[in-house]
Amino acid sequence: MVNLTINGLKVAVQDGSSILEAAKFLGFPIPTLCHNDGLHPYGACRLCVVEIGEGPRARMVSSCTHPVQEGMKVRTASSRVVKARKMVLELLLASCPQSKVIQDLASAHNIRQQRFKQEHEQCIMCGLCVRMCKEQMVAKAISFRGRGERRSIGTPFDAKSEVCRQCGGCIYVCPACQLRCTYSDPSKVICGGCANLTPPCVGKNESFDDMMCYMSPCVACEIKKD
Amino acid sequence: MDRLKNYSDFKALQDRLIADQAPNIPTIVISAGTCGQASGANELIRIAKRELLDNELSDRVRLRITGCHGFCEQEASVLVEPAGTFYPKVQQKDMPRVVCSVARGEVVEDLLYVDPASGRRLEKQSEIPFFKTQCRTILGRNEKVDPIRVFQYIENGGYASLGKVLERGDPQWVIEEIKASGLRGRGGAGFPTGLKWEYLARQQNGTWKYLICNADEGDPGAYMDRAVLEGNPHSVIEGMLIGAYATGAKEGVIYVRAEYPLAVKHCVIALRQARELGFLGENILGSRLSFNIRLVKGAGAFVCGEETALMRSCEGRVGEPRQRPPFPIERGIDGKPTAINNVETWANVPVILRQGARAFAKTGTEKSTGTKIFSLVGKVRNTGLVEVPMGMPIWEIVNTIGGGPIGKKKLKAVQTGGPSGGCIPARLFDLPIDYDSLADAGSIMGSGGMIVMDESTCMVDVARYFMNFLKDESCGKCFTCRKGTQRMFEILDDISKGLARMDHLDLLEELATTVRDTSMCGLGQTAPNPVLSTLKYFRDEYVKHIEDKKCPAGVCKSLITYSINDKCTGCNLCSKSCPVDAIAGDRKVRHVIEPGKCIKCGVCVTVCKLDAVEVR
Ligand SMILES: Cc1cc2nc3c(=O)[nH]c(=O)nc-3n(C[C@H](O)[C@H](O)[C@H](O)COP(=O)(O)O)c2cc1C
Ligand code: SF4
Ligand code: SF4
Ligand code: SF4
Ligand code: SF4
Ligand code: FES
Repeated sequence: MVNLTINGLKVAVQDGSSILEAAKFLGFPIPTLCHNDGLHPYGACRLCVVEIGEGPRARMVSSCTHPVQEGMKVRTASSRVVKARKMVLELLLASCPQSKVIQDLASAHNIRQQRFKQEHEQCIMCGLCVRMCKEQMVAKAISFRGRGERRSIGTPFDAKSEVCRQCGGCIYVCPACQLRCTYSDPSKVICGGCANLTPPCVGKNESFDDMMCYMSPCVACEIKKD
Repeated sequence: MDRLKNYSDFKALQDRLIADQAPNIPTIVISAGTCGQASGANELIRIAKRELLDNELSDRVRLRITGCHGFCEQEASVLVEPAGTFYPKVQQKDMPRVVCSVARGEVVEDLLYVDPASGRRLEKQSEIPFFKTQCRTILGRNEKVDPIRVFQYIENGGYASLGKVLERGDPQWVIEEIKASGLRGRGGAGFPTGLKWEYLARQQNGTWKYLICNADEGDPGAYMDRAVLEGNPHSVIEGMLIGAYATGAKEGVIYVRAEYPLAVKHCVIALRQARELGFLGENILGSRLSFNIRLVKGAGAFVCGEETALMRSCEGRVGEPRQRPPFPIERGIDGKPTAINNVETWANVPVILRQGARAFAKTGTEKSTGTKIFSLVGKVRNTGLVEVPMGMPIWEIVNTIGGGPIGKKKLKAVQTGGPSGGCIPARLFDLPIDYDSLADAGSIMGSGGMIVMDESTCMVDVARYFMNFLKDESCGKCFTCRKGTQRMFEILDDISKGLARMDHLDLLEELATTVRDTSMCGLGQTAPNPVLSTLKYFRDEYVKHIEDKKCPAGVCKSLITYSINDKCTGCNLCSKSCPVDAIAGDRKVRHVIEPGKCIKCGVCVTVCKLDAVEVR
């Protein structure tokens, strides 16, 4: 066990857990975006930052990737943390306003302004899809390419992937496109993002069992049932 | 070359080499690092060789081809030893005269360096202001050795520090020496090297440990690591061997930029020689030390200089930083304990053991010991690599060594620490250069870039330039670093175009703070430095851009206009040079610029001899 204090409370948690896991277990809320319990932490969105250390040595780290350490002092909602969190959300909102997840987070954190030029990006590079594909679907069909501004996600050389099973796992976890909540008939969709995306099983001979398909509830299945 | 089996073999070789030295035979030393070669050093070498052969001087005059000496402004330069005569910017046609004069023991007066301050010709290198106040412990050795001749390194005391360490046979003593010397990492953060080694020596996680030499040097305009690796690769290898003995590491990696072909070549040669002589491999000099070094060519991204990204790159994966802890000292390459140091740090190690820790610590300040190499560039007369004791005030580097401003304009600031460093204004030029003073002033030592700026430099433009670099070089993993640098660039770009409002300055500051606080690695954490430091010291310039829509330095194109004043005599020079025919006016009549046509290229300003073209 590791002893530490979180928001002044002395606690002991399992060796090797992350700050996020410890805080969540003890009931301290920390907002996350690129974290998923079933996937390895990656630390892309920086929404989960917390403050550790004291005085001039105090610094902020992403709680999802930072392990707990003996004697550590964690603050999950100091004014510095709250300020940074708000700025992260403002930036997210400016880049990807159509995402339901980001909208909800922004509203939950009382974001009332957005001072940057409005963009409509398809992807916030959270890496959930990449990890989903690699760790849960064991397909490694998609990955990050490029760096900085030119970073993007896709298959090698943008060629049609041989290893992608079109399971839809990537789409299921994506906080930006949220295709799961929509419908393939453009007139009935909420966001319209998926208008040209076919549900993974349609038109293929293989049968998808529950284990393979993460599109649940899935429109295609519902239609088939009728 | 025969493998040296033990310490006495090595000692015998060294003694023989020293005995064979003929210190009184004059030697022509040609600086042929990458910069020297670019200025024609290879041609000079060819001519010198031919002259020596044709005139049968080979016995009386020696030739030594070395790495960079540092005075890049005056390349291709030639040094004559033992007299110390320095010939700057030697032309091919003059080389035969230099060779003959050396044979006759004379000096070619008209080729000597002219001191711009006094107008006098200075003969000796040590008299030249650029060299006079430097303390060239590391760089000075570049002159003494031909990087591809290991024997020259040995005859100058090379590998003797390693021998000393092996003879003594006490790794803990080595660590104590390095700790006592106060050596701090020269690659950026200034972490105490002895402490790092002690942690590595204590690691119990398996028996295999790695050492890395970080030669990725991705900062634009910085090339001190290149100069050391190119000019004296054996000093880095010797440093790593001493490190290996102290820490118990088994394998070393030199991670060098692929864009440094000469450094790669010299390293490959040096590693082969070291292997043949038995400085690398099993039971080095008959001791228990076994160590090998391999060379890895960098993937070409700035962020690959960051330690965790570099290690991933060594493993053949994408160079992307990762969360620390676990620190590399616990889990580095392939999960094995790893210590990483900069090229210059490694090159300092043999020096410390040669001089003794206490003697080494006498140079510099209490908390920053030894010397540091800076690449001095920008608006100063003498640009090049300068090595100074830590704690030297900025003005001394800029004015005494750098020779002061290049033109009539006053100096305004220096930017230290590479793209993620900060700008220090002229009124703080008394600041001593050491890790802590620089950090207090909002900048960093970084790897040692130093860009001097005068009043024709716009600070908004400087911040914008660096942010443009950083937004492309961020690995893109952290949302705040990737998007934050893009947004900072966007705001700075708006300011430079006169499109911003005053509240954008607060937004910029708030954003910069968030990026600094929330990014994972050093790149993101220091990326806001150019913005924060210029906002701190030059806020008025930002305000002028926003409120008056003026760029005081006359740099930001959208905010300046060109006009011709009454000094114009109508010489036609400008109207002939204007690429878009924006200047009208008859001969001998004052010319006029049509604002609609002018593309603000600035050509007219440079061609006008009467300062008649004004930028406002
Ligand atoms: C973005 C980034 C780039 C870096 N680039 C370099 C570099 O080019 N060369 C270098 O020696 N260290 C570089 N560093 C610092 C290294 O991460 C590391 O701290 C250093 O090599 C440690 O060696 P030292 O203790 O000898 O300084 C960089 C750090 C960051 C965050
Ligand atoms: S559909 Fe499934 S296999 Fe294909 S990329 Fe997405 S997660 Fe990977
Ligand atoms: S596509 Fe979606 S899940 Fe994948 S990185 Fe982008 S935002 Fe994240
Ligand atoms: S701070 Fe920037 S460069 Fe460093 S890991 Fe994050 S995104 Fe990459
Ligand atoms: S700045 Fe260039 S385009 Fe404008 S008037 Fe001068 S030469 Fe012509
Ligand atoms: S949830 Fe931790 S960085 Fe995204």
